[in-house]
Amino acid sequence: MAHAYTPGLQVAERTVVRKERRLPLKGEVLIKEGDTVEAEQIIARAYLPGDVELLNIAGQLGVSGDEIKPYLKKKEGDEVKKGEIIAESRGLFGMFKTQVKSPIDGVIESISFVTGQAILRHPPQEVSIKAYINGTVEKVIPEEGAIIRTVATFIQGIFGIGGEGYGEILPVCSSPDETLTPDLIPETAKGKVIVGGSFVTYEALQRAVEVGATGVVVGGIDADDLRHFLGYDIGVAITGTEKKGITLIVTEGFGRMNMAKKTFELLTKYAGRRASINGATQIRAGVMRPEVIITQEGEAEEPHKGWETGLEVGHLVRIIREPYFGQIGRVVELPPPLEQIETEARVRILKVKLDDKVVTIPRANVEIIQG
Amino acid sequence: MPQEKDYNAILATDCGSTTTKAILIEKRGNEYRLRVRGEAPTTVEAPFEDVTRGVLNAVREVEELSNREILEGEKIVKPALNERKGVDTYVSTSSAGGGLQMLVVGVVKSMTAESAARAALGAGAIVMETIAVDDGRLPHEKIQLIRHLRPDMILLSGGVDGGTITHVVQMAQIIAAADPKPRFGLTYKLPIIYAGNKDAREEVKKILGEKFDLHIVENIRPRLEEENLIPARNKIHELFMEHVMSQAPGYRKLMDWVDAPIMPTPGAVGLLVHHVAKQRGIDVIGVDIGGATTDIFSVFKGTFNRTVSANLGMSYSISNVLVEAGLANIKRWLPFDIDDADLCNRIKNKMIRPTTIPQTIEELKIEQAIAREALRLAFLHHKTMAVELKGVQRQRTISDVFIQEAAKSLINMMSLALIIGSGGVLSHAPRRVQAAMMLLDAFQPEGVTQLTVDSIFMMPHLGVLTTVHERAALEVFDKDCLIRLGTAIAPVGDGKEGEEAVKVELPDQTVTVKFGEIERVPLEEGQKVKVRIIPGRKFDVGNGRGRELVTEVEGGVVGLLIDARGRPLKLPEDDTKRKETLVKWFESVDMYPK
Repeated sequence: MAHAYTPGLQVAERTVVRKERRLPLKGEVLIKEGDTVEAEQIIARAYLPGDVELLNIAGQLGVSGDEIKPYLKKKEGDEVKKGEIIAESRGLFGMFKTQVKSPIDGVIESISFVTGQAILRHPPQEVSIKAYINGTVEKVIPEEGAIIRTVATFIQGIFGIGGEGYGEILPVCSSPDETLTPDLIPETAKGKVIVGGSFVTYEALQRAVEVGATGVVVGGIDADDLRHFLGYDIGVAITGTEKKGITLIVTEGFGRMNMAKKTFELLTKYAGRRASINGATQIRAGVMRPEVIITQEGEAEEPHKGWETGLEVGHLVRIIREPYFGQIGRVVELPPPLEQIETEARVRILKVKLDDKVVTIPRANVEIIQG
Repeated sequence: MPQEKDYNAILATDCGSTTTKAILIEKRGNEYRLRVRGEAPTTVEAPFEDVTRGVLNAVREVEELSNREILEGEKIVKPALNERKGVDTYVSTSSAGGGLQMLVVGVVKSMTAESAARAALGAGAIVMETIAVDDGRLPHEKIQLIRHLRPDMILLSGGVDGGTITHVVQMAQIIAAADPKPRFGLTYKLPIIYAGNKDAREEVKKILGEKFDLHIVENIRPRLEEENLIPARNKIHELFMEHVMSQAPGYRKLMDWVDAPIMPTPGAVGLLVHHVAKQRGIDVIGVDIGGATTDIFSVFKGTFNRTVSANLGMSYSISNVLVEAGLANIKRWLPFDIDDADLCNRIKNKMIRPTTIPQTIEELKIEQAIAREALRLAFLHHKTMAVELKGVQRQRTISDVFIQEAAKSLINMMSLALIIGSGGVLSHAPRRVQAAMMLLDAFQPEGVTQLTVDSIFMMPHLGVLTTVHERAALEVFDKDCLIRLGTAIAPVGDGKEGEEAVKVELPDQTVTVKFGEIERVPLEEGQKVKVRIIPGRKFDVGNGRGRELVTEVEGGVVGLLIDARGRPLKLPEDDTKRKETLVKWFESVDMYPK
């Protein structure tokens, strides 16, 4: 492997964040370029076609598909109420009529004279999308949505579940190495984004759901607790559609892992501020990671230097594999030649200064931490 | 097959999902040999969004290493102008952008949706999600999900021919309402294949015909007891080549550069395996275990089969190996104790940080244990798919749904002559014997089988090269691509511990191996010797129980592995005994550093 591919997760206090917001189908955009929007403001709306029902008119009348025309009381496009007659046979001397009634309130979308069936559609459902973040409308996507821009504190997690949410940030752990346990979660956490430390227990997650918290942001979780909480095991990391009543954002990984200092400090610093969160994760080409976004006033800082240039001596890195998994240190040496590690594999390595020692790590096993 | 030209320099690339690999083949004297290889990150995703950037970067590395000028600006110089400038032909394969990603939509989750998933998987797709009427999601949730996923293609099925059309029409309505956009490019319509109840075709056309690139094929489930996957599968392949690949950023340019159609990476590997089996007249299994998927290719009795286990892999899909194999099956290959929670966390951490590598021996053993299970499951999947077709469509009866017909499988482990392994965990195993043992444990070949690995994942390049220059492809394959690990001799049968299972007479020594043991006998690469194999009376090495076999075996970097651990291979149930046994096996073949 020629390159250490893991670029690291973005954790920035003031950066430009752009979010493309699109309706699931074409509709009406309610805002215009330059507008200031709030996270929970509806910015576009559409009407989803209602569900369809098939009605076998020919079958009920006992005629073939091409014979139903004379019996129809309604035509395509007509609105119908439940129980309303759509077709009726003449019967014998005006008696023994067969009536085909609408099973729903809705509209007759089409009537086929081949199959003798009608497609009825339930009334449309309104779907809307919110701005998701506080910001300004940078660009309107006609009939679909908009791109919202803001300057914000932007924190990426490594893995999450659940979709978008908004809530006030509520740190409940006093340090990044503290475990988030149920007793730390107050009733007042309802609607809030609970910030834990190194680890969240299954019980604490349940408690967060019980009190109605919007989300939990934490350093680590046990794979087994997550399985227990979801009711199934995740095989491939494509998430975001879980409906567990909460959005979970894991910042470091599986197991007990101290939340990165900068992440914890930022989340603590902005306690009480409202954040937009999303647990959606997709790990494959075109990585999507979960995120916490806290809108800030003013302009963005210069992007962190060295972020795009790759690893350099002096960079702060997180070790992301055993045996020093989760530890953070500074790069002290980047020897160019391949070196043999314990497994006897010959790989590119780097030397990292941890608190008490310098360790050799494959370059593939670190990620750069900003700041 | 076009007439083979007298090429002196051949350039080939494989645009993988993360890395683009280029190789340069040159003619030296009268033979084709690999000269150098180069690689660079693939550039299909933002910010580059042009696959040719990565190709050019990989080719530049080849230029530097070979001292041959191949590019003039951003153009490949073709044909070669002299010995130092240009190449005579250029070919490429691709699995960039995560391969073919499909959404599967059916009516009943356990029936039509499952058949559709099988068709898509068999075609080499990654099934992003299966959506069905009864999947527990509300209609608007289904719509959101479809929109969210951005597949390359959708396969819609549902209903048996002549049955009700209501539900499949509903699913078509949901797709129409979602109006999903293709992953690459907004300028083309998303391909949808309809392979459901034929009576619903007109309705489906009305609903999807305008908005999408709709293709109608035969129902994959024409009757409840019949599954007909081939037409849908063929259509998937066709659309992948025609639409999906050509829409990926930069591919139109790449298509202009190449001298043969760009092949999907697994397709090219399959082609090569097929050629090799044909050339040597043997039965072959090829396996490529990647980060997300494991592909298995086989040729038995001249019949080629390929399966893709889309969610069995060593990084993106590693957690799914745990889900499918179960923790106990992974742990059985570990010669030490490890806490369940710890092991699960490690596996999940590899999933979310897929590019990390094992640093300690313990981690390496865990990774290789998972690889055994991924390979084993992928092979099980392959065995159920590689059945005798004889040109007719495969029919599954109701009873087959419950009982897989192993008897009809084409796979015969005794006639199998060659296993080719590829993929990081096999090709980059620090000791070659580790790769050999993973192949032995997962596939459990019987009798005499040569074990090899693809040294630098060159099989895709050589596969596509067979379409323009078969000789060059097969020569390079033979001389530079394969690393010969050695030959396994595995008697089939069950015995008592300590009982003599097999005696192998080599020219200079005789080795006797007891049941439950494995021995490694050095035999150098390139060395071929005649051996007389005498199995114990309860054991078979190819000529029947207790009957001896005289054959030629080829050496390799590992040598001969005389595997008398029994077929099927059984591990002791007692945990302490199991660990001791593993340690004994590992030590006897010198598998790990002390």
